[in-house]
Amino acid sequence: MKPENFSERQVDVDGWQVNLTTYKLGEKWHTKADNVSPGAALARIVADTREAAESRALARAKELLSRTKRHSV
Amino acid sequence: MSASYAHPEVLADSGWVESHAKDANVRVVEVDVDTKAYDEGHVPGAIAWAWNTQLCDTVVRDILPKAAFEALMTQSGIGNDTTVVLYGDNNNWFAAWAFWQMKIYGHKDVRIMDGGRKKWLAESRDVDTAATKPAAGATAYQATEPDYSLRAFLPQVQQAQKSVSAVMIDVRSPQEFSGEILAPPGLPETCQRGGHIPGARSVPWGKACNDDGTFKSASELEKLYGAEGVVQSKPVIAYCRIGERSSHTWFVLKYLLGVGNVMNYDGSWTEWGNLVGAPVEKGGAKSVGQA
Repeated sequence: MKPENFSERQVDVDGWQVNLTTYKLGEKWHTKADNVSPGAALARIVADTREAAESRALARAKELLSRTKRHSV
Repeated sequence: MSASYAHPEVLADSGWVESHAKDANVRVVEVDVDTKAYDEGHVPGAIAWAWNTQLCDTVVRDILPKAAFEALMTQSGIGNDTTVVLYGDNNNWFAAWAFWQMKIYGHKDVRIMDGGRKKWLAESRDVDTAATKPAAGATAYQATEPDYSLRAFLPQVQQAQKSVSAVMIDVRSPQEFSGEILAPPGLPETCQRGGHIPGARSVPWGKACNDDGTFKSASELEKLYGAEGVVQSKPVIAYCRIGERSSHTWFVLKYLLGVGNVMNYDGSWTEWGNLVGAPVEKGGAKSVGQA
């Protein structure tokens, strides 16, 4: 099986940069959301469409990122 | 330093891996940040190691003990003479962690697939979804005694910080370095204090990679690290939060740039940022020579 339609883009989620990686494998779309720095995985979603996979991954990323505290320096 | 990689033999390109992944003397291993990635699809013939259960001591905070490392190799069908090719997601972040441990235990031929999982997928190369079940090695694997010249422990780091006897490279994000956040965005905080080891230079690990996940050229890497005071004549200690990101930088410095004395401080900020009385510096990166 070959992955198809690989794409990668960065999205701003409440002030945090999130990297969205999406590709199609067989009949399913796979999306992974990472924080850009350092690149740790926030969400991995499999869905029937690109739009569904990416929106669910972003929703999960948003939920996790909302827990991150910014401290004064 | 030179204009080409010091040890190009530690890199395998995806084309080579596609041709040789199922060779009898080759074992391809996927090591991901997200341990579910392998199940979605992997290089045909590759096995997977989970960094959080198989590449560490799960009781004591430590790398794999020697006997456990030997058992993992034997169970993975890896002999002392096997060519091991490691790859993973996020620009081979955790593949580098596995590479570092394999070198600590003296494995001779271990390589990283340049570009990792991302490049393989982007190139639309075949993937398998069924897990590969390796035949156990014909003979038991024998590791060397651990080479701790590749690893920095807390007393060495404290001494180096006091005496400024090593270049300290903090490879975390600028926001972790400054103290604005205590963990990567979206992940749990694992330290009591934010900031960095006084005197450390900030070079986020991902700067060593191109957009396609491959490593930058030797000349680009020389420029990147040279600007932060890395020279052949001085020891370098790389650290991050728990030692994985810094193993990537350790790999780049030691094997791509050929810096002679590079150690990975895997205690990292989770150790230093929780120590009572440890000196901490806050704020953004300064240029070399700036107080």
